[in-house]
Amino acid sequence: MSVDRLALADEFAGAGAAGDGAVASADVAEYALRLGDDALVLAQQLGMWIARAPELEEDVALGNIALDLIGHARSLLHYAGTATGRSEDDLAYWRDEPEWRNAWIFEQPNGDFAHTIARQLFIATYLFELYGELSASTDPTLAAIAAKSVKEVDYHRDHATQWVLRLAGGTDESRRRMIAAVADTWPYVDELFHDDELVERLASEGVAVLPSRLREPFDEVIDAVLAEAELELPTGRTAFIASGGGRRGSHTEHLGPLLAEMQVLARQHPGASW
Amino acid sequence: MSTPGEMGTESWPLWEVFVRANRGLSHVHVGSLHAPDSDMAVRNARDLYTRRNEGVSIWVVPADAITTSDPDAKGAFFESPAGKNYRHAVYYTKSEGVKHL
Repeated sequence: MSVDRLALADEFAGAGAAGDGAVASADVAEYALRLGDDALVLAQQLGMWIARAPELEEDVALGNIALDLIGHARSLLHYAGTATGRSEDDLAYWRDEPEWRNAWIFEQPNGDFAHTIARQLFIATYLFELYGELSASTDPTLAAIAAKSVKEVDYHRDHATQWVLRLAGGTDESRRRMIAAVADTWPYVDELFHDDELVERLASEGVAVLPSRLREPFDEVIDAVLAEAELELPTGRTAFIASGGGRRGSHTEHLGPLLAEMQVLARQHPGASW
Repeated sequence: MSTPGEMGTESWPLWEVFVRANRGLSHVHVGSLHAPDSDMAVRNARDLYTRRNEGVSIWVVPADAITTSDPDAKGAFFESPAGKNYRHAVYYTKSEGVKHL
Protein backbone atom coordinates (compact mmCIF):
# COMPACT_ATOMS: atom_id res chain seq x y z
CA MET A 1 0.00 0.00 0.00
CA SER A 2 1.43 3.37 -1.01
CA VAL A 3 1.62 6.45 1.20
CA ASP A 4 -0.87 8.17 -1.08
CA ARG A 5 -3.39 5.45 -0.61
CA LEU A 6 -3.08 5.67 3.17
CA ALA A 7 -3.68 9.42 3.16
CA LEU A 8 -6.61 9.15 0.77
CA ALA A 9 -8.27 6.46 2.86
CA ASP A 10 -9.17 9.17 5.40
CA GLU A 11 -11.31 10.86 2.79
CA PHE A 12 -13.91 8.12 2.49
CA ALA A 13 -17.17 9.62 3.64
CA GLY A 14 -18.94 7.16 5.84
CA ALA A 15 -15.84 5.08 6.55
CA GLY A 16 -16.12 4.26 10.22
CA ALA A 17 -19.72 5.46 10.47
CA ALA A 18 -20.71 1.90 11.31
CA GLY A 19 -17.50 1.22 13.18
CA ASP A 20 -14.26 0.40 11.39
CA GLY A 21 -14.41 -2.25 8.74
CA ALA A 22 -18.14 -2.18 8.00
CA VAL A 23 -18.84 -4.82 5.35
CA ALA A 24 -21.70 -4.40 2.91
CA SER A 25 -24.10 -7.27 2.27
CA ALA A 26 -24.44 -8.46 -1.32
CA ASP A 27 -27.63 -6.43 -1.78
CA VAL A 28 -26.21 -3.26 -0.25
CA ALA A 29 -23.04 -3.67 -2.31
CA GLU A 30 -25.07 -3.87 -5.53
CA TYR A 31 -27.01 -0.75 -4.52
CA ALA A 32 -23.83 1.14 -3.64
CA LEU A 33 -22.35 0.03 -6.96
CA ARG A 34 -25.24 1.62 -8.85
CA LEU A 35 -24.81 4.92 -7.06
CA GLY A 36 -21.03 4.80 -7.32
CA ASP A 37 -21.08 4.00 -11.04
CA ASP A 38 -23.49 6.89 -11.67
CA ALA A 39 -21.11 9.27 -9.92
CA LEU A 40 -17.91 7.97 -11.53
CA VAL A 41 -19.22 7.94 -15.10
CA LEU A 42 -20.52 11.49 -14.76
CA ALA A 43 -17.23 12.62 -13.21
CA GLN A 44 -15.32 11.18 -16.16
CA GLN A 45 -17.64 13.00 -18.59
CA LEU A 46 -17.28 16.36 -16.84
CA GLY A 47 -13.52 15.94 -16.71
CA MET A 48 -13.52 16.00 -20.50
CA TRP A 49 -14.62 19.65 -20.37
CA ILE A 50 -11.43 20.76 -18.68
CA ALA A 51 -9.59 23.06 -21.11
CA ARG A 52 -12.61 22.91 -23.46
CA ALA A 53 -15.30 24.84 -21.56
CA PRO A 54 -16.56 28.18 -22.93
CA GLU A 55 -14.44 30.12 -20.42
CA LEU A 56 -11.60 29.33 -18.04
CA GLU A 57 -13.91 29.92 -15.07
CA GLU A 58 -16.27 27.23 -16.37
CA ASP A 59 -13.37 24.76 -16.73
CA VAL A 60 -12.81 25.15 -13.02
CA ALA A 61 -16.50 24.99 -12.11
CA LEU A 62 -17.06 21.75 -14.04
CA GLY A 63 -13.76 20.37 -12.77
CA ASN A 64 -14.84 21.04 -9.19
CA ILE A 65 -18.14 19.31 -9.75
CA ALA A 66 -16.32 16.33 -11.28
CA LEU A 67 -14.05 16.14 -8.23
CA ASP A 68 -17.04 16.18 -5.89
CA LEU A 69 -18.49 13.27 -7.86
CA ILE A 70 -15.22 11.33 -7.77
CA GLY A 71 -15.33 11.73 -3.99
CA HIS A 72 -18.84 10.25 -3.90
CA ALA A 73 -17.79 7.44 -6.27
CA ARG A 74 -14.74 6.54 -4.19
CA SER A 75 -16.76 6.27 -0.98
CA LEU A 76 -19.54 4.28 -2.62
CA LEU A 77 -17.29 1.93 -4.59
CA HIS A 78 -15.07 1.40 -1.57
CA TYR A 79 -18.13 0.35 0.40
CA ALA A 80 -19.45 -1.81 -2.47
CA GLY A 81 -16.06 -3.53 -2.65
CA THR A 82 -16.12 -4.58 1.00
CA ALA A 83 -18.64 -7.30 0.09
CA THR A 84 -16.21 -9.04 -2.26
CA GLY A 85 -12.83 -7.90 -0.99
CA ARG A 86 -12.23 -5.56 -3.92
CA SER A 87 -10.87 -2.01 -3.71
CA GLU A 88 -12.51 1.00 -5.34
CA ASP A 89 -9.74 0.89 -7.94
CA ASP A 90 -10.53 -2.75 -8.73
CA LEU A 91 -14.13 -1.78 -9.34
CA ALA A 92 -13.34 1.36 -11.33
CA TYR A 93 -10.64 -0.03 -13.59
CA TRP A 94 -11.17 -3.77 -13.87
CA ARG A 95 -14.82 -4.16 -14.70
CA ASP A 96 -16.00 -4.39 -18.31
CA GLU A 97 -19.04 -2.65 -19.73
CA PRO A 98 -21.73 -5.25 -18.85
CA GLU A 99 -20.61 -5.10 -15.20
CA TRP A 100 -21.36 -1.37 -14.93
CA ARG A 101 -24.60 -0.39 -13.21
CA ASN A 102 -24.99 3.30 -14.05
CA ALA A 103 -28.24 4.56 -15.60
CA TRP A 104 -28.12 5.64 -19.22
CA ILE A 105 -28.40 9.38 -18.64
CA PHE A 106 -24.97 9.38 -16.99
CA GLU A 107 -23.26 7.91 -20.06
CA GLN A 108 -24.93 10.20 -22.62
CA PRO A 109 -22.28 12.29 -24.34
CA ASN A 110 -21.36 15.82 -23.29
CA GLY A 111 -22.62 17.27 -26.58
CA ASP A 112 -22.44 21.05 -26.63
CA PHE A 113 -22.40 23.06 -23.41
CA ALA A 114 -26.22 23.21 -23.34
CA HIS A 115 -26.45 19.40 -23.49
CA THR A 116 -24.04 19.07 -20.60
CA ILE A 117 -26.05 21.63 -18.62
CA ALA A 118 -29.38 19.89 -19.33
CA ARG A 119 -27.87 16.57 -18.21
CA GLN A 120 -26.49 18.30 -15.10
CA LEU A 121 -29.85 19.83 -14.23
CA PHE A 122 -31.73 16.54 -14.42
CA ILE A 123 -29.05 14.50 -12.67
CA ALA A 124 -28.26 16.97 -9.90
CA THR A 125 -31.96 17.46 -9.15
CA TYR A 126 -32.42 13.68 -8.94
CA LEU A 127 -29.30 13.20 -6.80
CA PHE A 128 -30.30 16.01 -4.45
CA GLU A 129 -33.65 14.35 -3.74
CA LEU A 130 -32.01 10.91 -3.51
CA TYR A 131 -29.19 11.84 -1.13
CA GLY A 132 -31.56 13.93 0.99
CA GLU A 133 -33.69 10.84 1.60
CA LEU A 134 -30.76 8.43 1.79
CA SER A 135 -29.14 10.40 4.61
CA ALA A 136 -31.86 8.84 6.81
CA SER A 137 -30.91 5.31 5.67
CA THR A 138 -30.75 2.59 8.31
CA ASP A 139 -27.34 1.70 6.86
CA PRO A 140 -24.98 4.07 8.70
CA THR A 141 -22.33 4.05 5.95
CA LEU A 142 -24.78 4.94 3.19
CA ALA A 143 -26.38 7.55 5.44
CA ALA A 144 -23.02 9.20 6.10
CA ILE A 145 -22.04 9.22 2.43
CA ALA A 146 -25.42 10.69 1.48
CA ALA A 147 -25.27 13.36 4.17
CA LYS A 148 -21.92 14.58 2.87
CA SER A 149 -22.91 14.35 -0.79
CA VAL A 150 -26.25 16.13 -0.56
CA LYS A 151 -24.58 19.48 0.19
CA GLU A 152 -22.35 19.12 -2.84
CA VAL A 153 -25.09 18.14 -5.28
CA ASP A 154 -27.12 21.07 -3.95
CA TYR A 155 -24.46 23.29 -5.46
CA HIS A 156 -24.34 21.24 -8.68
CA ARG A 157 -28.07 21.79 -9.05
CA ASP A 158 -27.70 25.50 -8.47
CA HIS A 159 -24.88 25.71 -11.02
CA ALA A 160 -26.97 23.93 -13.65
CA THR A 161 -30.06 26.01 -12.88
CA GLN A 162 -28.15 29.26 -13.28
CA TRP A 163 -26.91 28.14 -16.67
CA VAL A 164 -30.28 26.89 -17.89
CA LEU A 165 -31.75 30.32 -17.10
CA ARG A 166 -28.94 32.14 -18.87
CA LEU A 167 -28.80 29.95 -21.95
CA ALA A 168 -32.59 29.94 -22.32
CA GLY A 169 -32.77 33.69 -21.80
CA GLY A 170 -29.60 34.57 -23.70
CA THR A 171 -29.29 34.85 -27.47
CA ASP A 172 -31.49 33.15 -30.08
CA GLU A 173 -28.67 30.67 -30.65
CA SER A 174 -28.20 29.82 -26.94
CA ARG A 175 -31.96 29.40 -26.52
CA ARG A 176 -32.20 27.16 -29.59
CA ARG A 177 -29.41 24.97 -28.20
CA MET A 178 -30.94 24.80 -24.72
CA ILE A 179 -34.31 23.72 -26.15
CA ALA A 180 -32.60 21.01 -28.23
CA ALA A 181 -30.60 19.85 -25.20
CA VAL A 182 -33.68 19.46 -22.99
CA ALA A 183 -35.45 17.54 -25.77
CA ASP A 184 -32.48 15.21 -26.34
CA THR A 185 -31.84 14.50 -22.67
CA TRP A 186 -35.41 14.13 -21.43
CA PRO A 187 -35.92 10.54 -22.73
CA TYR A 188 -33.21 9.31 -20.32
CA VAL A 189 -34.79 10.83 -17.20
CA ASP A 190 -37.43 8.13 -16.77
CA GLU A 191 -34.93 5.33 -16.04
CA LEU A 192 -33.75 7.13 -12.90
CA PHE A 193 -37.10 6.45 -11.26
CA HIS A 194 -37.48 2.75 -12.06
CA ASP A 195 -37.99 0.47 -9.06
CA ASP A 196 -36.84 -3.14 -9.20
CA GLU A 197 -36.67 -6.09 -6.82
CA LEU A 198 -33.36 -5.05 -5.31
CA VAL A 199 -34.40 -1.52 -4.33
CA GLU A 200 -37.81 -2.75 -3.17
CA ARG A 201 -36.12 -5.28 -0.89
CA LEU A 202 -33.66 -2.71 0.45
CA ALA A 203 -36.29 0.01 0.77
CA SER A 204 -38.46 -2.26 2.90
CA GLU A 205 -35.55 -2.46 5.35
CA GLY A 206 -35.07 1.32 5.25
CA VAL A 207 -31.66 0.94 3.60
CA ALA A 208 -32.41 2.28 0.12
CA VAL A 209 -34.72 4.92 -1.28
CA LEU A 210 -37.40 3.80 -3.73
CA PRO A 211 -36.56 5.72 -6.92
CA SER A 212 -40.26 6.09 -7.82
CA ARG A 213 -40.78 8.11 -4.62
CA LEU A 214 -38.37 10.75 -5.88
CA ARG A 215 -40.29 11.47 -9.07
CA GLU A 216 -42.77 13.92 -7.62
CA PRO A 217 -40.29 16.23 -5.88
CA PHE A 218 -38.04 15.96 -8.94
CA ASP A 219 -40.85 17.07 -11.27
CA GLU A 220 -41.71 19.98 -8.99
CA VAL A 221 -38.19 21.38 -9.12
CA ILE A 222 -37.75 20.79 -12.84
CA ASP A 223 -41.13 22.35 -13.64
CA ALA A 224 -40.20 25.45 -11.64
CA VAL A 225 -36.81 25.84 -13.33
CA LEU A 226 -38.19 25.29 -16.82
CA ALA A 227 -41.08 27.68 -16.15
CA GLU A 228 -38.66 30.40 -15.08
CA ALA A 229 -36.55 29.73 -18.17
CA GLU A 230 -39.72 29.72 -20.30
CA LEU A 231 -38.87 26.25 -21.58
CA GLU A 232 -41.22 23.35 -22.08
CA LEU A 233 -40.72 19.63 -21.83
CA PRO A 234 -40.85 17.87 -25.18
CA THR A 235 -44.20 16.61 -26.36
CA GLY A 236 -45.20 14.29 -29.18
CA ARG A 237 -42.53 12.46 -31.09
CA THR A 238 -39.60 13.82 -29.08
CA ALA A 239 -41.19 12.81 -25.80
CA PHE A 240 -40.29 9.14 -26.18
CA ILE A 241 -38.84 7.34 -23.18
CA ALA A 242 -35.60 5.40 -23.47
CA SER A 243 -36.04 1.87 -22.17
CA GLY A 244 -33.03 2.01 -19.89
CA GLY A 245 -31.25 -1.06 -18.65
CA GLY A 246 -28.10 0.35 -17.09
CA ARG A 247 -28.95 -1.19 -13.70
CA ARG A 248 -28.80 -4.63 -15.38
CA GLY A 249 -25.58 -3.89 -17.23
CA SER A 250 -27.13 -3.15 -20.60
CA HIS A 251 -25.71 0.10 -21.95
CA THR A 252 -25.83 2.52 -24.87
CA GLU A 253 -22.94 2.71 -27.31
CA HIS A 254 -21.41 5.63 -25.41
CA LEU A 255 -20.23 3.80 -22.29
CA GLY A 256 -17.63 1.55 -23.95
CA PRO A 257 -15.35 4.29 -25.32
CA LEU A 258 -15.65 6.23 -22.06
CA LEU A 259 -14.54 3.21 -20.02
CA ALA A 260 -11.73 2.44 -22.48
CA GLU A 261 -10.27 5.90 -21.97
CA MET A 262 -10.74 5.83 -18.22
CA GLN A 263 -9.28 2.34 -17.75
CA VAL A 264 -6.44 2.19 -20.27
CA LEU A 265 -3.69 3.46 -18.00
CA ALA A 266 -4.57 1.22 -15.07
CA ARG A 267 -4.76 -1.80 -17.38
CA GLN A 268 -1.48 -1.09 -19.14
CA HIS A 269 0.36 -0.53 -15.88
CA PRO A 270 -1.40 -2.66 -13.26
CA GLY A 271 -0.71 -1.53 -9.72
CA ALA A 272 1.06 1.66 -10.80
CA SER A 273 1.05 4.45 -8.22
CA TRP A 274 2.14 8.09 -8.23
CA MET B 1 -2.10 47.90 -23.62
CA SER B 2 -5.70 47.54 -22.60
CA THR B 3 -7.22 46.60 -19.29
CA PRO B 4 -8.44 43.00 -19.06
CA GLY B 5 -12.17 42.89 -19.73
CA GLU B 6 -12.17 45.93 -21.96
CA MET B 7 -11.22 44.16 -25.16
CA GLY B 8 -14.06 43.53 -27.56
CA THR B 9 -13.01 39.91 -28.01
CA GLU B 10 -13.73 39.14 -24.36
CA SER B 11 -17.40 38.43 -23.97
CA TRP B 12 -17.66 38.49 -20.18
CA PRO B 13 -16.87 41.48 -17.95
CA LEU B 14 -14.16 41.40 -15.31
CA TRP B 15 -14.96 41.19 -11.60
CA GLU B 16 -12.73 41.79 -8.58
CA VAL B 17 -13.13 39.23 -5.82
CA PHE B 18 -12.90 39.82 -2.08
CA VAL B 19 -12.96 36.94 0.40
CA ARG B 20 -13.41 37.05 4.16
CA ALA B 21 -11.49 34.23 5.77
CA ASN B 22 -13.21 34.26 9.16
CA ARG B 23 -15.82 36.03 11.20
CA GLY B 24 -14.40 39.27 12.51
CA LEU B 25 -11.86 39.72 9.73
CA SER B 26 -12.42 42.03 6.79
CA HIS B 27 -12.83 40.98 3.17
CA VAL B 28 -9.48 40.89 1.38
CA HIS B 29 -8.89 41.20 -2.34
CA VAL B 30 -7.87 37.78 -3.68
CA GLY B 31 -7.97 38.24 -7.45
CA SER B 32 -10.27 38.71 -10.36
CA LEU B 33 -12.32 36.63 -12.78
CA HIS B 34 -14.70 36.83 -15.72
CA ALA B 35 -18.41 36.18 -15.39
CA PRO B 36 -21.52 37.12 -17.36
CA ASP B 37 -23.23 38.72 -14.34
CA SER B 38 -22.91 39.20 -10.59
CA ASP B 39 -24.68 35.96 -9.60
CA MET B 40 -22.36 33.89 -11.75
CA ALA B 41 -19.38 35.92 -10.54
CA VAL B 42 -20.10 34.88 -6.94
CA ARG B 43 -20.33 31.24 -8.02
CA ASN B 44 -17.17 31.40 -10.09
CA ALA B 45 -15.42 33.06 -7.15
CA ARG B 46 -16.56 30.21 -4.91
CA ASP B 47 -15.03 27.72 -7.34
CA LEU B 48 -11.83 29.63 -7.99
CA TYR B 49 -10.96 31.14 -4.64
CA THR B 50 -12.60 29.14 -1.83
CA ARG B 51 -12.02 25.55 -2.88
CA ARG B 52 -9.49 24.98 -0.11
CA ASN B 53 -11.57 26.37 2.73
CA GLU B 54 -10.30 29.91 2.34
CA GLY B 55 -13.42 31.78 3.22
CA VAL B 56 -16.84 32.22 4.77
CA SER B 57 -18.01 35.18 2.68
CA ILE B 58 -17.41 36.49 -0.84
CA TRP B 59 -17.85 39.93 -2.38
CA VAL B 60 -17.60 40.58 -6.10
CA VAL B 61 -17.30 44.06 -7.58
CA PRO B 62 -17.38 44.99 -11.26
CA ALA B 63 -13.79 45.91 -12.07
CA ASP B 64 -14.90 49.03 -13.93
CA ALA B 65 -16.74 50.25 -10.81
CA ILE B 66 -13.40 50.69 -9.07
CA THR B 67 -11.71 54.07 -9.32
CA THR B 68 -7.97 53.79 -8.91
CA SER B 69 -5.23 56.24 -8.17
CA ASP B 70 -3.25 57.33 -11.20
CA PRO B 71 -0.06 55.24 -11.48
CA ASP B 72 1.71 58.21 -13.11
CA ALA B 73 0.94 60.43 -10.13
CA LYS B 74 2.90 58.25 -7.71
CA GLY B 75 5.10 61.12 -6.63
CA ALA B 76 2.31 63.51 -5.77
CA PHE B 77 0.23 60.82 -4.14
CA PHE B 78 2.62 58.63 -2.22
CA GLU B 79 5.97 60.32 -1.63
CA SER B 80 4.69 62.99 0.69
CA PRO B 81 4.94 60.80 3.85
CA ALA B 82 8.65 60.30 3.22
CA GLY B 83 10.64 62.17 5.89
CA LYS B 84 7.61 62.53 8.14
CA ASN B 85 8.45 59.78 10.56
CA TYR B 86 6.66 61.64 13.34
CA ARG B 87 3.48 60.34 11.80
CA HIS B 88 4.40 56.92 13.17
CA ALA B 89 3.38 56.44 16.76
CA VAL B 90 6.74 54.85 17.62
CA TYR B 91 8.09 58.34 18.44
CA TYR B 92 5.99 58.60 21.53
CA THR B 93 7.19 57.10 24.77
CA LYS B 94 4.82 54.94 26.62
CA SER B 95 3.59 56.25 29.94
CA GLU B 96 4.26 53.99 32.84
CA GLY B 97 1.54 51.53 33.75
CA VAL B 98 -0.34 51.68 30.42
CA LYS B 99 -1.29 48.22 29.40
CA HIS B 100 -2.07 46.58 26.08
CA LEU B 101 0.12 48.76 23.87
